[in-house]
Amino acid sequence: MHKIIIESLSLQYSDGTESLRDVSLGIHQNAVTVLFGPAGGGKSTLLRCLNRLNDLAEVKASSGRILIDGENILDPKVDVIALRRKVGMVFARPVPLPMSIRDNVTYGLELAGEKRRATLDEAVERSLTLAAIWDEVKDRLDTLAVALSGGQQQRVCLARVLALQPEIILLDEPTSGLDPISTGKVEAALQELKKEYTVVLVPHSVQQAGRTADHAAFFLQGELIEYGEGKSLFTAPKQKKTEDYVTGRFG
Amino acid sequence: MEKSLTWREFIVTRAIQASGYSAIVFVTLIFFFLLREGAPALTDVKLSALFSARWYPIEDYFGILPLITGSLVVTIGAMLIAFPLGIGTAVYISEIAPRWIREILKPLVELLGGLPSVVLGFLGILLVSPFLRSFLDLPTGLTAFTGSLLLGGIAVPTIVSVAEDALDAVPRSYREGAWALGATRWQTIWYVTLPAAKSGVLTAVMLGVGRAIGETMTVMMVTGNAPVLATALGSWFAPARTMTATIAAEMGEVANGSAHYHVLFFIGIVLFLISLGVNVAASSVVFHAKKRAERILS
Repeated sequence: MHKIIIESLSLQYSDGTESLRDVSLGIHQNAVTVLFGPAGGGKSTLLRCLNRLNDLAEVKASSGRILIDGENILDPKVDVIALRRKVGMVFARPVPLPMSIRDNVTYGLELAGEKRRATLDEAVERSLTLAAIWDEVKDRLDTLAVALSGGQQQRVCLARVLALQPEIILLDEPTSGLDPISTGKVEAALQELKKEYTVVLVPHSVQQAGRTADHAAFFLQGELIEYGEGKSLFTAPKQKKTEDYVTGRFG
Repeated sequence: MEKSLTWREFIVTRAIQASGYSAIVFVTLIFFFLLREGAPALTDVKLSALFSARWYPIEDYFGILPLITGSLVVTIGAMLIAFPLGIGTAVYISEIAPRWIREILKPLVELLGGLPSVVLGFLGILLVSPFLRSFLDLPTGLTAFTGSLLLGGIAVPTIVSVAEDALDAVPRSYREGAWALGATRWQTIWYVTLPAAKSGVLTAVMLGVGRAIGETMTVMMVTGNAPVLATALGSWFAPARTMTATIAAEMGEVANGSAHYHVLFFIGIVLFLISLGVNVAASSVVFHAKKRAERILS
């Protein structure tokens, strides 16, 4: 079942560079969909359209529709704040806020107006567990989040997103700064998460794309070249360009 | 050839070094000069008389308390006005205004900072004080409050300029992180951007205080210059006299070496110590913030 349907989305930055050209694809519920390709291909731009973070960039023109549960989220009337609570995002560089681990996780909930101590405590344990870091930090929830290692910070940031109980989780190269062990933990967490959520991932390497993808979309210079099941796309790509990229002939 | 090059290098290095040290030398010289001229005030006038409430130098009453409270009332009032206005403007320019407004507003604010204070004082006498007199129904429009209003106007550009730079330096990723969590624009500014720029914003305020407390011309023109001890809130709406205005007004007609002369320099010392205190406070705030940032990043 498609959670997100993107219909002929085009987008241009105000300096004239084209970022997306007539992209259409459907993103499946309860699966990891990977958007991959060389830099400048429009993967991050597309990701940032899904929670309207591009509203704040210098975007000149966009056309097309993005339907989440049948609702066009590009409609100016859409409540962006509510949308961003429903569509969570994890960035390439972990950005822990300058506060304790616990406060980092409850931050989004508090912004949303949640004050009940029990609900917050419950959310802290549940989301840290889901992000596969509960065991590492449960005894020091009140220490500063910035004191953690990069890999731990990134999982706290993931937990922070999960605490809001979103339906969709966007990840923009979440492991680009992490060591292999931390990367493995994040990837394993994703496989758990997809049981409950719809996961859209921009991986930092083709290898990661291959490891994690249920479905994969290959982007090149703003165009969607190929989209299909992860396994078949990486083992038997239909397009020559995809094959060249996956086998490492360019990029 | 090579020798002349090393010579040039040597001279340039020394010249830069000398100009660096000269700042320290000047400050020390100023302080010693102030001390030499001001310290005798302590022997000319009894300490209890010096810190009394009556300033009437013609009859040898040298109580500087009304001048200190005058400066404090005017400056604190100015900060109460300039702080919200300055921070608000900085936030607007850096976080909310569309690009074209920002490009007009920022140079405009900086232009305001370059306005000679005597011009502002002139405006104060001609416009602000008559308006305040009729609007607040006061016996005179030349009050500490008038001074605060204009001083606030003088401090705002300093605060805006420094605070805006600090806000601008907050990484975009901080804001995006907050937005992605569903924070509204206001929540992002209040809970993320402003706290992240805290040290810069505090520096801006301290610099604004420094600018306000040292300002002379405007306050001399609009505060009425009555050395009355400020005791209640009502003093804000009565004439006052600041330390700077006293020095500026009386230094020209004082007999060199007289008690009055020494006391004026003593006021200078007090002023010097106050601005030193403000500066030390400002830099220690910045220093702490830096150390904290280093600890976090390491």
